[in-house]
Amino acid sequence: MFGKLSLAAIPLDQPIPLVTGAVVLVVILAVLAWAVIASHLPYLWREWITSVDHKRIGVMYVLLASVMLLRGFADAIMMRAQQALAFQSNGFLPPEHYNQIFSAHGTIMIFFVAMPFVIGLMNLVVPLQLGVRDVAFPTLNSVGFWLTATGALLVNISLVVGEFARTGWLPYPPLSEMTYSPGVGVDYYTWSLEISGVGTLVAGINLVTTVLKIRTKGMSYMRMPIFCWTTLASNLLIISAFPILTATLAMLILDRYLGFHFFTNEGGGNVMMFMNLIWAWGHPEVYILVLPAFGVYSEVVSTFSGKPLFGYRSMVLATMAICVVSFTVWLHHFFTMGAGPDVNAIFGIASMIIAVPTGVKIYNWLFTMFGGRIRFTTPMMWSIGFMVTFIIGGLTGVLVAVPPADFLLHNSLFLVAHFHNVIIGGVLFGAFAGYTYWFPKAFGFRLHEGWGIAAFWFWLIGFYVAFFPLYAVGFLGMTRRMQHYDVAAWTPWLHIASAGAGLVLVGIICQVTQLVVSIRHREELRDLTGDPWDGRSLEWATASPPPAFNFAVMPDVTGGDAYWEMKRRARTESTKEVDYQPIEMPRNSPTGFVCAFFATVVGFALIWHIWWMVIVGLVGAYATFVVFAWRDHDEYEISAEEVARLDRANIAARRGLVTAAGGA
Amino acid sequence: MSMAAVADGHSARVISLEDAGHPGPAPKRIITGFGFWIFLLSDIVMFSCFFAAYAVLLGQTAGGPSGAELFNLRNVAIETAFLLLSSFACGMASIAAEVRNPLWFQVAMAVTCLLGLGFLVIEFREFADLIARGAGPSRSAFLSAFFALVGCHGLHVSAGILWLLTMMAQVFAKGFRADILRRFLCFALFWHALDIIWVAIFSVVYLLGSAA
Repeated sequence: MFGKLSLAAIPLDQPIPLVTGAVVLVVILAVLAWAVIASHLPYLWREWITSVDHKRIGVMYVLLASVMLLRGFADAIMMRAQQALAFQSNGFLPPEHYNQIFSAHGTIMIFFVAMPFVIGLMNLVVPLQLGVRDVAFPTLNSVGFWLTATGALLVNISLVVGEFARTGWLPYPPLSEMTYSPGVGVDYYTWSLEISGVGTLVAGINLVTTVLKIRTKGMSYMRMPIFCWTTLASNLLIISAFPILTATLAMLILDRYLGFHFFTNEGGGNVMMFMNLIWAWGHPEVYILVLPAFGVYSEVVSTFSGKPLFGYRSMVLATMAICVVSFTVWLHHFFTMGAGPDVNAIFGIASMIIAVPTGVKIYNWLFTMFGGRIRFTTPMMWSIGFMVTFIIGGLTGVLVAVPPADFLLHNSLFLVAHFHNVIIGGVLFGAFAGYTYWFPKAFGFRLHEGWGIAAFWFWLIGFYVAFFPLYAVGFLGMTRRMQHYDVAAWTPWLHIASAGAGLVLVGIICQVTQLVVSIRHREELRDLTGDPWDGRSLEWATASPPPAFNFAVMPDVTGGDAYWEMKRRARTESTKEVDYQPIEMPRNSPTGFVCAFFATVVGFALIWHIWWMVIVGLVGAYATFVVFAWRDHDEYEISAEEVARLDRANIAARRGLVTAAGGA
Repeated sequence: MSMAAVADGHSARVISLEDAGHPGPAPKRIITGFGFWIFLLSDIVMFSCFFAAYAVLLGQTAGGPSGAELFNLRNVAIETAFLLLSSFACGMASIAAEVRNPLWFQVAMAVTCLLGLGFLVIEFREFADLIARGAGPSRSAFLSAFFALVGCHGLHVSAGILWLLTMMAQVFAKGFRADILRRFLCFALFWHALDIIWVAIFSVVYLLGSAA
């Protein structure tokens, strides 16, 4: 009846996951109870859960990423504490639990923090920057988000029902095969990622179509803000790389469920094929994450230097070059696995070549700042912190791209330090910069500056203190993923590293405090005009938060830095009276949420081999789509009067600002 | 597509990066079709992984039968004929939708469906026969790759038939509404793409496999 599922699946003997699970459950129930008692539930359902508005979906993506960041960081701090204590002792985490923690940490941080964070920012900002009213496929957008949430939910269910993979964040066979991992851990991993992978693919298709087919009048390719270009590149990588992940995990699933021999030791299976396939996805994935972050830095640096971006064309070229070359370097993840010197040399050289366009970008940002009037706001601080940190991470990356050096450093903590150096310093700092930069656009008030700066310094210093010792222990020969060790020389470095994790924790506390303080003082931090930073691109041309339709009249773009140009012209030219038209917008739909509910049912049932439940879930998902396809009205109209009212209010607020500035 | 582009009044001019006269967002039909093309490309990337795995594992028969001993080209030729004819019927359905003729649309779709089902029946019998002869997917890595690649195509065809029946019901209940026509455009693209993938399977798996 319930497949492999029984009461024994709940780890009653392990206090850490059990207590954590209980606390999380209490928090969820408390939030739900509050929503019900304060009767927020209908509002949440109507305006958020069923929303097909790209801005709301973007916000929900970022919210999911933030919550998952807390989960992933809890794993991180446990690992640091374990290694600090585990010199000639077992520490406080038994091996099977420790192995689950490092696997879950990597999986969550990449798939459910970094991915939703950048996809959320792209969703929120790109249609606004393109001067249009929505993305290409609004309802699919909602489906994509909720499927991502399904994946995150399944990974977190594994905390209290069953177990998670003990294989590392990429389930290398033969360890991940049924023979060596008979539990449900790997199944939680594969099904979570198959489901959220569909969500990511949907988001990728949606954003590529949006950038290529839905731009406002006059917004030719070379007038798009760089963030739109990096979005295009990143999503092109999603649609060409994520299907590889889907196929690879499908093969692993077939091996585990139906006795196929893709990656097994026996029957002629080929383990190396898994390494090649998974990294053919995995390396582009690195650029899927970091390219949007590069876009954020470009917007932030240009805005807060008060200058157009230096070398726009070279930036576009560098972005697209990275997009292509990222598919030719995957083998550097396993130089040591015996491909031979010729192959290793080619991939080593390709890996060094891909550093060139990245270098071009760094110079472009530096020259943008050169001679500018720089405002050291929180997003700008994250950007400068990124430039310093990312250069160091890039250099250690070029070091491990040299095959002979890699033979010494492979699988050591040096590597762990390197990729945290680029992912935290590159992707996460970019996500935080974008979060602070676009927060007023999403919510209509700025984030508190002081707490933001404090969070930045704790994160930056915490990062260096936590990860530079890992470079050192890597050189001292410490391999990654050790539950305990016997080398006394490593201990002091690991103590320093855990202190660094403590500093990062303070940084996170500052960020939570910043959010709470900002919400409480939102009236003082209010952004009335929609242009709090003196911005240059079109998202600042509309109110904060923007109305559902984004722009009352679709902007007509005449050059790069479209909004800067408009502001310049507005000083000299008198504004014309606008002829407002009614606007049709897509109706909200619960399709995404209901579909994800059934996806969760199907995923859970597949993990536990509950076959009748799989069928129920699949029929439910199909029925959801039929119901959606059958509806007769998929749009609603906003009247011209309403459009005019909202737009005039915003124009009045902006005029007030211009008059005040002129008087001063 | 380019015909449709002209018909929709969206200029089919040569795309230039410098073009200052960008006319604004494309019409819905273009957007939907374009997005679906991108989905199809990503689907083909997924198939390419299974093709690659098949190429890598082709010789790994683990002492079991090879393709030359297993494949029955006569069956495969009939399967191919069914699938290609179903694509022709799907094309007829497109024409019927173009001229808004519900009767011919339903007839052409029903023929598409029957031919697709015929294809699936033959494939299912081939699979059942192989498993009965002890040449199932767990026999060797070669057979794993074979079953996964051909089965993945078969699953696509099955999903396509479910979609096809839904489209028939929709057109029956709602008529040729603009959004339904856009969905049908996507369905037709999907059905033809399955043909392209089948041609690759036919050549790489069956023709080359029987020769070896």
